[in-house]
Amino acid sequence: MRFVGAVAALAIAASAVAGEIPRADRRSGYEFMSRETRAMQDDDTANPGMLWVLEGGTLWEKKTGAAGRACADCHGDPRASMKGVAARYPAFDAAIGRPISLEQRINRCRIDRQQASALAYESRELLALTAFVARQSRGLPIDVTIDARTHPFLDAGRATFHRRQGQLNLACAQCHDDNWGRQLAGNVIPQAHPTGYPLYRLEWQSLGSLQRRLRNCLVGIRAEPYDYGANELVDLELYLLWRARGMTMDAPAVRP
Amino acid sequence: MERPTSRRDFLKTAGGVAAGLGLGSVIAVAPARATPAEMQEAIRKVVGSARVTPGRVKLDLPPLIENGNAVPLTVTVESPMTEAQHVRAVHVFTEKNPQPNVVSFHLGPRAGRARVATRMRLADSQNVTAICELSDGSFWSDSAGIVVTLAACLEDGI
Amino acid sequence: MASALINVPARAKRGEVIEIKTLISHVMETGFRRTQLGAVIPRDIIRRFVCTYNGTEVFRAELHPAIAANPFIVFSTVAVESGTLVFSWTGDHGFSATETAAISVD
Repeated sequence: MRFVGAVAALAIAASAVAGEIPRADRRSGYEFMSRETRAMQDDDTANPGMLWVLEGGTLWEKKTGAAGRACADCHGDPRASMKGVAARYPAFDAAIGRPISLEQRINRCRIDRQQASALAYESRELLALTAFVARQSRGLPIDVTIDARTHPFLDAGRATFHRRQGQLNLACAQCHDDNWGRQLAGNVIPQAHPTGYPLYRLEWQSLGSLQRRLRNCLVGIRAEPYDYGANELVDLELYLLWRARGMTMDAPAVRP
Repeated sequence: MERPTSRRDFLKTAGGVAAGLGLGSVIAVAPARATPAEMQEAIRKVVGSARVTPGRVKLDLPPLIENGNAVPLTVTVESPMTEAQHVRAVHVFTEKNPQPNVVSFHLGPRAGRARVATRMRLADSQNVTAICELSDGSFWSDSAGIVVTLAACLEDGI
Repeated sequence: MASALINVPARAKRGEVIEIKTLISHVMETGFRRTQLGAVIPRDIIRRFVCTYNGTEVFRAELHPAIAANPFIVFSTVAVESGTLVFSWTGDHGFSATETAAISVD
């Protein structure tokens, strides 16, 4: 992670003042779960998220699109080529001049390299491929790049995190920075570090993306949720991943 | 799947209550609920006229779960699992789910050990009952209570 | 998506009791949920799970809507001989899935 210029330094100072959780206190949502739910995540033979990873592995080998290419044809062994990839996303895409999410990156590859159509957000195939790629970063620290190009988007994401929204007029920071560890409607408020996405949410009874979870949060505070793929959501993802920098990735996680 | 008429009456009354709460344009139908009596009836269907004695079987259930959609449970019976002495079946029931039956496992001496596990759905905080049938025709039971909490930020608008 | 994860030890000693874990993707729609307009979402569940060991049934389960989505079942069997374990799931709307696992018994 490289910081360039005075703007970056100012932003860091600002975030320290704004009540960001100190590095030593950062805890994964895993630690706020019951023993049983943790056990579900720990065992790859019991973790329902692994069903999507399994499917993703099959899709990785499948030739598709007008180009008749499989992911494997360009990327070879995913354990090597995809190692650390999910830990760096959202990442800057020079072609469109802004950061893109891992899902968007997969779709870009499909369109540009496989000459296939984009997969719909939250579709079975896109979730499977994302889960498969994210699985290859398990155990690695989150490491999104913040530099002169991505800094403005980080700032936009941070602004969203701190902005009061919706009928309940709540900002993400109020629950997840100021009140983590306390109870809300029977469950403990986590710190909201997206270390394990895409994850199997017991509430969904399915695997889902970080954007699905963010939209749930927005509905929860009675705000109009941004569309899948919206710049606001990608910027927020970038901020959340940066806020969780250094924490260990554990996709596919299980959460209540 | 047969539904006793009593459940339909349940839904009518519950639906009326829900509408009364002024839940706006969304049609809110209260979820179907079985009763402890219906659970006893479901148990009767499996057990027949035999007596069910508490003991021998152990039901492991977390005392509290954050989401009722996937509750892990394990049922264990101390048994040599020989041809002469083994567990024939394990049945699980709930008292407040829309339907009392959860699962029936059929074992036998080939199992080697009478220990089964799965994940179930629970509509609400309630008691869960496990019944095992031994090779000598006797039935044994164990019950456990569990509290089901709910997340604050759900997907649906309600 | 009918992908399944089976966990069976590849080798076992004769007479050893082995634990088998199975996980299959299935929505297990209860038939009790409703859409936002009040229409019932029809039931769609796996009803039966059977495990055979070289052709002999060693375990069977009857599932009801109360079994969680993506059914997870753990059971055990005695490693009597080398051979094949066949796992089959059947359910509503003609659902049928089969997985096999080989086991080598010393």
